[in-house]
Amino acid sequence: MQSEKQSNSPIKRLLQSISDASLVPFLAILTAVVIGGIIIKLVGGDPFLAYKGLLQGAFGSKKALSETAVWATPYIFAGLAVALAFKGGLFNIGAEGQLAVGAVFSALIGYALPEWLGFDLPIYIHLPLAIFVGMLTGGIWAGIVGALKAYTGGHEVINTIMMNYIALNTTSFLLNGIMKDRSPTNVIARTPLIAESARMPEIFDGLRIHWGFVLALLVAFLIWWLLNKTTLGFEIRTVGLNPDAAQYAGINVKRTIILTMMLSGALAGLAGSIEVTGLNYRHELGFSIGYGYDAIAIALLGKSHPLGIVLAAFLFAAMRNGATRMQFLTQLPVDLISMIQALILLFVAADAIIRYIYRIKSKGERVVLTRGWGG
Amino acid sequence: MDWKRFSFIALIITVLFGVVVMIGQVKQPPLLIITSMLATTIAVATPLTLGALSGVFCERAGVVNIGIEGMMLTAAFFGWLGGIYMYHIFGFTPAVSITLGVFFAILTGGLMSLLHAVLSITFKVDQIIGGTVINILAVGLTGFLNRQLFFGKGSVFGGSVPGSPGVLPTIHVPLTELFTSICGSSAACLQNVQAINRVFDQKPIAISAILLVFLSHYILFNTRWGLRTRAVGEHPKAADTVGINVVKMRYANVIIGGMFAGLAGAYFTIESVPSFEPLLTNGRGFISLAAMIFGNWTPIGAWAAALVFGASQAMLINMQIYRDVIPPAWSFLQESYIVGLTPYILTMIILTGIIGKTTPPAADGVPYEK
Repeated sequence: MQSEKQSNSPIKRLLQSISDASLVPFLAILTAVVIGGIIIKLVGGDPFLAYKGLLQGAFGSKKALSETAVWATPYIFAGLAVALAFKGGLFNIGAEGQLAVGAVFSALIGYALPEWLGFDLPIYIHLPLAIFVGMLTGGIWAGIVGALKAYTGGHEVINTIMMNYIALNTTSFLLNGIMKDRSPTNVIARTPLIAESARMPEIFDGLRIHWGFVLALLVAFLIWWLLNKTTLGFEIRTVGLNPDAAQYAGINVKRTIILTMMLSGALAGLAGSIEVTGLNYRHELGFSIGYGYDAIAIALLGKSHPLGIVLAAFLFAAMRNGATRMQFLTQLPVDLISMIQALILLFVAADAIIRYIYRIKSKGERVVLTRGWGG
Repeated sequence: MDWKRFSFIALIITVLFGVVVMIGQVKQPPLLIITSMLATTIAVATPLTLGALSGVFCERAGVVNIGIEGMMLTAAFFGWLGGIYMYHIFGFTPAVSITLGVFFAILTGGLMSLLHAVLSITFKVDQIIGGTVINILAVGLTGFLNRQLFFGKGSVFGGSVPGSPGVLPTIHVPLTELFTSICGSSAACLQNVQAINRVFDQKPIAISAILLVFLSHYILFNTRWGLRTRAVGEHPKAADTVGINVVKMRYANVIIGGMFAGLAGAYFTIESVPSFEPLLTNGRGFISLAAMIFGNWTPIGAWAAALVFGASQAMLINMQIYRDVIPPAWSFLQESYIVGLTPYILTMIILTGIIGKTTPPAADGVPYEK
């Protein structure tokens, strides 16, 4: 987006471009919150009390802030996963499955590797290994879809959704069978606890915020660097904008598509392994329900920009975390949050509606995120 | 539909049926197993068939509809909810209530697809994103209302989910009665006729789905409406030039498609079981899309593909009956998680195009700009 007055200082230009980019998302959130308030009123609740509860629950105390960061961590990773795929012209609806696969295999390395080897590993080997295997398996899971797309044209949208169901069935199978926690009191489909050497150290005593959150911010920066400062990033973006032109320019389009999907899946897998190594210390069935779809909303709200994604992830995390307090104060079900989030997504995706309501002129060209079935 | 695809469909269905017959024959005669599998296949293929038809109408008019899943889910919820309101609050008889419920479901599907039409045709939103919005909105809306309306403050139902007025009845085709005199005193003959009769004893939505397949085929390929629909999906500019209203045709077909998805939703909560649970559609909207693609955007082809998925689901259901007689070498068939993968893996194989390349309508997914 070009600023009209080129003579302005670079800082002013940067601020201008940030405010240009964030205007529509901001208005989308505002509109969704207002409509959410009307819905609360319609079902007999008090919208102001509800939003007050939401804010208190999300930011009201040290513990609330820590919990918001805990929620935001997987959202940042998964949001980045979807955004990276968007940049490469691919729509990854499969973050959910990739996340589950990453979590399962991270947990496996976490609890079973010392048994297999017969000796304990030091944390500086065991923990990175557990995280790496989570990334790798998530990456392979998505890479399969990438390869199908590149070589057969099988559309990634349906294939990632199918892979979600396959991941769900397979993890259910594993967690109810060979990977089930064998301790006598356990009846839940979950893995045993991972070894101490595969767990991330705490940051603060008594708060659940963990180093995974710091890692998420770091990875967000790395993705920005990858996309904007490296050849690979340039190739990904070029293939995303115009595969034919990319082909003509000598970029190996097939390879880039597979690589983009693998990186995207690795980020989603990372979300899963960080939940295991940093927070839950095991994988439990059904812990990740909905991350994949929330990630799409976060990527769209953040306009596929890493900074935007961090902010959007915080917003969604705050809403999820604050919902419990809201429910406590107003007896409104937490599912209300899902609806407000869906509305935000609706207005962000259909920014034409927001531009129409607030009479904002469109500046840039239309951004094409996905293509039809043709592939 | 070329021979390659039809023989693939026939092959898969034969294999699926064959496995069940092979395992189940120690318990029941093969004819009984085959007819029972056929009856289940036709029944469970119903939402897939209707979902695929929904996709055919939208995409033939040039609008990609990945929101079928969400339309089904919302329609399943509101159809069920409408039935409950009619029965408990307005005091209609169960029969009237569930019939009205079906209409509510169709209406809901129509309204959701109207939203999709507004997004994708008027506002020219990326159609796959628009469909995803519908899917997410559906999950949020049904999840919220499902809890708020029954357990929320001031709920007319006072904190519990009331019983639904029931499900649609099976329509009996009197084959057995017809053949009784022909069979005479032969008990075996009568037994066979009864077994075959089960295939034809289906519920109303299942029967209408099959009728709608052929009706849709006729409309799309033998009427002026169908010709115009296909024209705006293939080459909207040319259609516009000869005086066809592209926007109007697209709106109408997307809404028709949504009503099909609505009827599919009614299948879940009004025909199959009388209850609703969050996320009950479980990906069948997406499998419908695969059926539509495999059927090369034709109603009859899509139906044939839907039957493959129906058969794999029927195998899963029937395998539960024969759990105890599965031979040890085939013990993986006891794992419903593994057998349950069949439709998803089939979908992915089909999408590779190794069983015949498919061609979408030329303007599918492209907003029309004058």
